Amino acid sequence: MKLLLKGGRLVDPASGRDEIVDIQILNGRIEKIAGNISLPTGFDEINLRGKVVAPGFIDMHVHLREPGFEHKETIETGCSSAAAGGFTAVCCMPNTNPAIDEESVARYVHEKGKAVCGGIVDVFPIGAATKGRQGTELAPMAELAQAGAVGFSDDGAPIASAEIMRRALEYSSMYGVPVIQHAEEPTMTQGGCMNEGVTSTRLGMLGIPPIAEELMVARDIILLGYVPKARYHVAHISTKGALDHVRKAKSEGMNITCEVTPHHFTLLEEVVASFDTNTKMNPPLRTRQDVEAMIQGLKDGTIDVIATDHAPHTIDEKDVEYTQAPFGIVGLETSIGLSMTELFHKKVLTLMALIQKLSTNPRRIMSLPTIKFAEGEWANITLLDPNAEWVVDTAKLHSKSKNSPFNGYRLKGKAIGIINNGTVALS
Amino acid sequence: MKLASRHLLGLDGMSREEIALILDTAVSFREILDRPIKKVPPLQGKTVVNLFFESSTRTRISFELAERRLSADVVSFSTAASSVSKGETLKDTARNIEAMKIDMVVIRHAAAGSAHFLSRVVDANVINAGDGGHEHPTQGLLDMYTLREKFGKLEGLRVCIVGDITHSRVARSNIYGLITMGAHVSVCGPATLIPRDLEQLGVKVYHRLEDIIPEVDALNVLRIQLERQKSGLFPSLREYHRFFGVTKEKVSKAPGPITIMHPGPINRDVELSADLADSEHSVILQQVTNGVAIRMAVLYLLGTSN
Repeated sequence: MKLLLKGGRLVDPASGRDEIVDIQILNGRIEKIAGNISLPTGFDEINLRGKVVAPGFIDMHVHLREPGFEHKETIETGCSSAAAGGFTAVCCMPNTNPAIDEESVARYVHEKGKAVCGGIVDVFPIGAATKGRQGTELAPMAELAQAGAVGFSDDGAPIASAEIMRRALEYSSMYGVPVIQHAEEPTMTQGGCMNEGVTSTRLGMLGIPPIAEELMVARDIILLGYVPKARYHVAHISTKGALDHVRKAKSEGMNITCEVTPHHFTLLEEVVASFDTNTKMNPPLRTRQDVEAMIQGLKDGTIDVIATDHAPHTIDEKDVEYTQAPFGIVGLETSIGLSMTELFHKKVLTLMALIQKLSTNPRRIMSLPTIKFAEGEWANITLLDPNAEWVVDTAKLHSKSKNSPFNGYRLKGKAIGIINNGTVALS
Repeated sequence: MKLASRHLLGLDGMSREEIALILDTAVSFREILDRPIKKVPPLQGKTVVNLFFESSTRTRISFELAERRLSADVVSFSTAASSVSKGETLKDTARNIEAMKIDMVVIRHAAAGSAHFLSRVVDANVINAGDGGHEHPTQGLLDMYTLREKFGKLEGLRVCIVGDITHSRVARSNIYGLITMGAHVSVCGPATLIPRDLEQLGVKVYHRLEDIIPEVDALNVLRIQLERQKSGLFPSLREYHRFFGVTKEKVSKAPGPITIMHPGPINRDVELSADLADSEHSVILQQVTNGVAIRMAVLYLLGTSN
């Protein structure tokens, strides 16, 4: 690989740089960064005028479904979706079959990531917090961490027992690895398939009360106060109430971080009235007040990360009665477009702040090495066209599944390529 | 004037004119029901399938009678005898039946939104005969018809729906229809069986029958399901009867007579005392008769519009 990235705007939160530079890359490593590099012989030039060069994006919350549910997604199709969406890395959740609750599965997932799509997308498994994600016995966290697990979670289900959560926080704290909570008080959500509120009342569907998320986050923050060396991360936060607890805990200096999905900062619960099962996810779409709180949380830094909760399901699985449909939507290929459209172009976040939430912050939370733009460093890069206008066509998604509520959405801003591990993929 | 949609999925969002059209159309069908020969020809040559994925006696018979009296060919099917028990999806069941060239489908299903779902996957006209806790539009229409018959109008009428509002499709269809027609709608039931933010739909919420009884023209009493007690939503049927059961004694506190409605089947002396159910102020059997006329009107308006 001999590339010259010509005239792009480098926006790098780690170093604070925001300038137009040329970047010369040889065999996957940055050979030279300078204001004006003339094309060396044998190099391909990529004209990036008006485009952005960013540290490689990571989606720290995806479901790759392998092993066990390969009819929905495989590590290969998931990585292909990630690459098309502009991500050079993903963290995948352990709700596979078998669950990622022992080192051989973690190693399998991690290694498989290197073997697919030319290894351009790093696959970092998140280990189960408890054996079989049953919530009763701790998973072998030390072994899992050694095998490449970068966090622990029972995602899809909460770590419901206060005792187990306390022990998970204590045990994981020895390795500096975060516990990622799917925050939901499960006794309050049985049978629910949308947000509880005026829309569920209107539609006659059982609700998932916002308080069920808030309660679990509040409980965990109290536990975290008791185990202050631990690190705690709230997955897919969706309610104003839970976010307020996180904000307060952060102001008190606690080791707490959180993420929001693009659908939770764009869609309102009212869209469920279509009974389109691509509006069914857990946590559910919430109210305008919650969406506005998410935007505010992104702005004031309470929300550290944008992650998609990419959850592939086949058409047949989703094309059923609303109450019968599984929770979740795919997100890898719409994340950047939605984030750029809703946050950057609407002036909620600067490009620098947005890139922080899609790259720098999640890498820091998962203790992954900082991407550096310096001579001799590996090139791990996402290239953006901030002004490209495009229309989401779910039929064209690279993911094996097409379950997205954003079909037909007009978006502004997209990834135009990634570079990682000595491989380049341009769209 | 025609209905805006090819389907009857719910009363939520339906206009005042459309509801009035259905009620007015039902008047002429109601007259037919009193004739010695009750059959008329408008749906001759049309095939209607009744898909009942939930047990129902009254609604199914009411639809079947309405269909036959409009001269439609009728096929009815309930889950016990269907391939659904073999794991077939609703979509496959519906499309297979439609492949046999049918014109209209009446569906009753335990899942909210199932009628909407069906209307997306088949070309036939879809009539919702109850989808989970969502809507039961023909029940709402027949309740309004019965009230209009009794009081001559719906505008300004004061109606209270009593019981488990959370799980009731009857309550929702009544709320949407009555509010659209200008009635004042309240509900009364245990706080655990009133869904969140219900007031935002334009409904007043009460928890004591004695507070609302003096202020209503009609009480629509819902059936209480024993399984709600098992899931912790109210303590016992005895307590429910004492505090939310509609009885002659409680109703006697009203300044004038109150019309009593019930969508059936009644748990006698639980949500409604037997003497009241059988009293001169009860219109429960008129509701049943009017139900056939309303269903004929709906089938007629949808079945002859294309």
